[in-house]
Amino acid sequence: MPESKTSTDTTNPMADPAARLALTDTIPNVPGVSKPDPILVVDNVVRQFGGMTAVNVDHLEVQRGLITALIGPNGAGKTTFFNLITGFDRPTSAKSRFGSSEGAASWAFDGRQLGRTSASAVSKAGMVRTFQLTKSLNRMTVLENMMLGARGQSGENLLTCWLKPTWLGQEKVIEDKAKELLSRFKLLRKKDDYAGSLSGGQRKLLEMARALMTDPTMIMLDEPMAGVNPALTQSLLGHIQALRDDGMTVLFVEHDMHMVRHISDWVIVMAEGRIIAEGRAHEVMADTAVIDAYLGAHHDTDLSDDSLLEDMPGAERMHRKAEAHEEEVARKGAAATKEKNQ
Amino acid sequence: MSTNTPESPTELVHQDDSLEADQTDIELERAARRKKAVIVTIAAVAIFALMWIVATTMSGTIPSIFASVIRSAVEPQTAAVAIAVLGLNLHFGFTGLLNIGQAGFMLLGAYGFAIATTRGMPLPVAVLIGLAAAAVFALLLGVPTLKLRGDYLAIVTISAAEIIRYTGRLSQLTDWTGGSQGLPGSEYRDPFVALSFFGSGSTTIGPLSYQNTGVNGWWIRAVAWSLVLICTLLVFLLVRSPWGRLLRGIREDEDAIRSLGKNVFAVKMQSLVIGGMLGALGGIVFVLPASVQADSMGRAMTFFIWTSLLLGGAATVFGPVLGTILFFSVRILIRGATGAVVPSDVLNTQQADQFSWVVVGVILMLLVIFRPQGVLGNKRELQFNA
Ligand SMILES: Nc1ncnc2c1ncn2[C@@H]1O[C@H](COP(=O)(O)OP(=O)(O)OP(=O)(O)O)[C@@H](O)[C@H]1O
Ligand SMILES: [Mg+2]
Repeated sequence: MPESKTSTDTTNPMADPAARLALTDTIPNVPGVSKPDPILVVDNVVRQFGGMTAVNVDHLEVQRGLITALIGPNGAGKTTFFNLITGFDRPTSAKSRFGSSEGAASWAFDGRQLGRTSASAVSKAGMVRTFQLTKSLNRMTVLENMMLGARGQSGENLLTCWLKPTWLGQEKVIEDKAKELLSRFKLLRKKDDYAGSLSGGQRKLLEMARALMTDPTMIMLDEPMAGVNPALTQSLLGHIQALRDDGMTVLFVEHDMHMVRHISDWVIVMAEGRIIAEGRAHEVMADTAVIDAYLGAHHDTDLSDDSLLEDMPGAERMHRKAEAHEEEVARKGAAATKEKNQ
Repeated sequence: MSTNTPESPTELVHQDDSLEADQTDIELERAARRKKAVIVTIAAVAIFALMWIVATTMSGTIPSIFASVIRSAVEPQTAAVAIAVLGLNLHFGFTGLLNIGQAGFMLLGAYGFAIATTRGMPLPVAVLIGLAAAAVFALLLGVPTLKLRGDYLAIVTISAAEIIRYTGRLSQLTDWTGGSQGLPGSEYRDPFVALSFFGSGSTTIGPLSYQNTGVNGWWIRAVAWSLVLICTLLVFLLVRSPWGRLLRGIREDEDAIRSLGKNVFAVKMQSLVIGGMLGALGGIVFVLPASVQADSMGRAMTFFIWTSLLLGGAATVFGPVLGTILFFSVRILIRGATGAVVPSDVLNTQQADQFSWVVVGVILMLLVIFRPQGVLGNKRELQFNA
């Protein structure tokens, strides 16, 4: 399926696993590291609930065209972070109307500043998210749920919608697209059932399929495979990879380390609201800071249930890259001071 | 961190996508529902026809009760309320907006129309002013509340409707609204009556006997029920479209719709404005055969509108009209039956009328318990209350 596509697709360089490896190889494993071609750049996003700081991200970049996993223990702030950058919540550090913008939250998607836009505007910009607690439209059929996802529907314009011929043609196209996605998500036979009658896992699938109806540039999945049976997970992971190979950027939250290791090109680790590590899956899982965050003091338990912890070369490479990055920063800093002095 | 991977994933891939088995199930269910709708319709028509025949051919207490039931069913004010119910259905049934002040929209439409006419505006302009007043009112209510949680709209609409009613009664505004006396129909009715091509004289059809034109005759009945038909068609055209799908999506979960990149606020506003304008149109029809009385479109009216909607079935196309007709005619039936059965020294006419409201209240309770989806609603939808 998707693998066969990778070799034929020549338009997207990121479809080639070797190219992805080469790319991630150049990125140091430092939290908040800058990426060669970031699609999402986040600065100073802080969210406090009362006295508790749920999210505190100084700087984060998400590379275009890769599958990036956002992992972290329960309550790390992953969902809150998703809510913040998709416009469903506002950072405590948001730019006040009159105050200075220094240190204020700002984030840009695909070159567009999104700090003050609404959730629907964020989605229209091409960054579409799903919810950890699924939001299926219960008293509507599965097919209707799907068709709501399609963009640019002329029939959604109040002035012309009562004229059926103005939207009938488009409706057919959308329906075909919806059915195709539904069959891929094994929901086609449920298409005329109410979404409220679906099981928990099926709702997860429906929500993901519905998000894909929007043809997003970047899709943000909050625990997409929680409750989905393993065989279907396998095939959907293939689908996500195919999407990446077609040029979509994927950012997903997941607790299942198998899945993270299996499909992610890059992993960002969050704990207590902060980004504590970045890197490739096996490198990050060997990071002591990550293990600490996940397991507290129980260092003897391994993170990814097989012998990855012993994969020390990865860890070494990580330190090497970190050192290289520090050197780079120091060099840049020196250059900057030199410039100033001139 | 480890999860149990099944030993043989292939065993789990039994989700064959063959549609046939399920499709026949769905077809069967649809057919059953269609059959039920047909039976309900035939039964309603049959009961109506029976009452019609009895009322026309016989005389006595029962035929006269039937005659008054039929008269209240075709009353222009029943049609007026039906139009307002259609508007509320758009708000609540399809968009999930809790508007508890639909009577306020009616009153505003009635005032706008009546005042404009008394100031010399031609009929179409006066109607447009009534509708525009409701549209502006909807915008004013919607801007601060539609971004908030649903309950806020409920609180704001009920209080705003009361504010309009009290403002209309202000003695300082007597020149405009007639204060607590209201505006007599004779001040604004003439341009509408003048449009009639029904001629003078009166016509009797079965148990119904009215002037052809007159103040409250066949003309206003014909116009009112034509408007009901047109508005029902309008609502049908709107809700079957992708725009209507958007409304229902918003009713189910606003955030999900936002995440799909739709402008939820704008769509909710459109729904609020259109439903409010339907309310205003209802208000205009309501006062044409009567007078503008602030108190006739108060909280009680909002209650009738809601009851009619729930009775007929929210989020259905014909539910609002059926519900309204049922609501008004069943009450007359109860009143008539009470008057006939209970001796007048136990319950006099006025008490029988009050008793009929009590029974309507009980029926509403039974309805909510045993048939919460209304007469035409779909029970299966209710199983998935969000
Ligand atoms: N609305 C809220 N009010 C108060 N506290 C909140 C709210 N939302 C989240 N929090 C707190 O913020 C922290 C981060 O929550 P969040 O849902 O982002 O975690 P998460 O990383 O998604 O966890 P999980 O993996 O369990 O989904 C938690 O401690 C949570 O209690
Ligand atoms: Mg979460």
